[in-house]
Amino acid sequence: MSAKPRVRVPSTAKKGEVFEIKTVISHSMESGQRKAADGSPIPRKIIDKFVCTYNGKEVMTSQWYGAVSANPYLEFFCTATESGTLEFTWHDEGGETYTATADIKVT
Amino acid sequence: MGAKRFGGLAATILAMTLAVPAFASDAKDDPLAAYRSGEMYSGYVTGDPSSREIQDDDMMNPSFLWVDKAAELWTTADGTAGKSCADCHGDVESLKGAATKYPTTDAATGKFMNVELKINDCRERQMGAAPFKFESDELLGMTTLVKLQSRGMPMNIDITGPNEKWFKKGEEFYFTSRGQLDLACADCHITNEGMYMRAEKLSQGQPNGFPTYRMKWQKLGSLHRRMRGCNDNIRAEKLKGLGEDYLAVETYISWRASGLPVETPSVRK
Repeated sequence: MSAKPRVRVPSTAKKGEVFEIKTVISHSMESGQRKAADGSPIPRKIIDKFVCTYNGKEVMTSQWYGAVSANPYLEFFCTATESGTLEFTWHDEGGETYTATADIKVT
Repeated sequence: MGAKRFGGLAATILAMTLAVPAFASDAKDDPLAAYRSGEMYSGYVTGDPSSREIQDDDMMNPSFLWVDKAAELWTTADGTAGKSCADCHGDVESLKGAATKYPTTDAATGKFMNVELKINDCRERQMGAAPFKFESDELLGMTTLVKLQSRGMPMNIDITGPNEKWFKKGEEFYFTSRGQLDLACADCHITNEGMYMRAEKLSQGQPNGFPTYRMKWQKLGSLHRRMRGCNDNIRAEKLKGLGEDYLAVETYISWRASGLPVETPSVRK
């Protein structure tokens, strides 16, 4: 299934405030352990890198390995510095990237 | 000496029996009271706290990926009539409470349907579109979206009139032993509910949270898929999803779940 990634970022935050970010993406995270109906192995294809940028500046990056569930959920925190856009990018081993953005207004 | 020992054992058993009511929680103090109705309780009660936590947060619950997709489909025209769901129903919120009454006999066609079959019937008759396949992401998503509108409302199906024969058929299925293990649904979900089967606590097998996001499946799945799994576990023949037998069982267990809140989309391990 290819649904859009879901992200939740508060629409406003006070300068210096630490806010919570929640993300979930639709991805099968194929483990490489499974076999197709004809017995041939299904190649591994997992998301191995996640990057979050805040107005173009990288604020969070994460390397993923095996044993992460399908449709992975990630929750982390960020400090509000200025109004702008947060961009989230998931990179998978097949070379595909999935992106989502969210705007935040800092007062 | 043997008799004395036996007497001691009997006294211990008696003491244990008497101690049990002290553990029974008062309804007012029970944080899970909303998930109970009389003797019946939702699988949420037997579930572990970590999966409850995921179910309680719509952001954490991956089912909402399917719901988002279905919300797009809701307004997308399809089929020869060039209509979308929204063209007839308007906002999906107009279906609030509808799912609590399913399965039921459809007034227009006289056919007996659950929510999945009703969606497909709508697609065929109103939109002129191909029905969604059993267990497809589209059907799972749309069913979840429709049932979500009734979340928190008590299950309330009608088992009188034309629905009665389906209820009877489902009840018969539920109490009939089948498979190499010679087990009936009732053996686990009525006689032994709350007991452990190896490391797993047997639930009452309530349908109020389906489609459910099951960790084992790593995706959203339907009630009929769960029944196929159950039948497989007892080494019985897996029956057809959306077929008459499982539809009848769904009727029986939906009646049994009367009063339990619709929890769709639930999260189970």
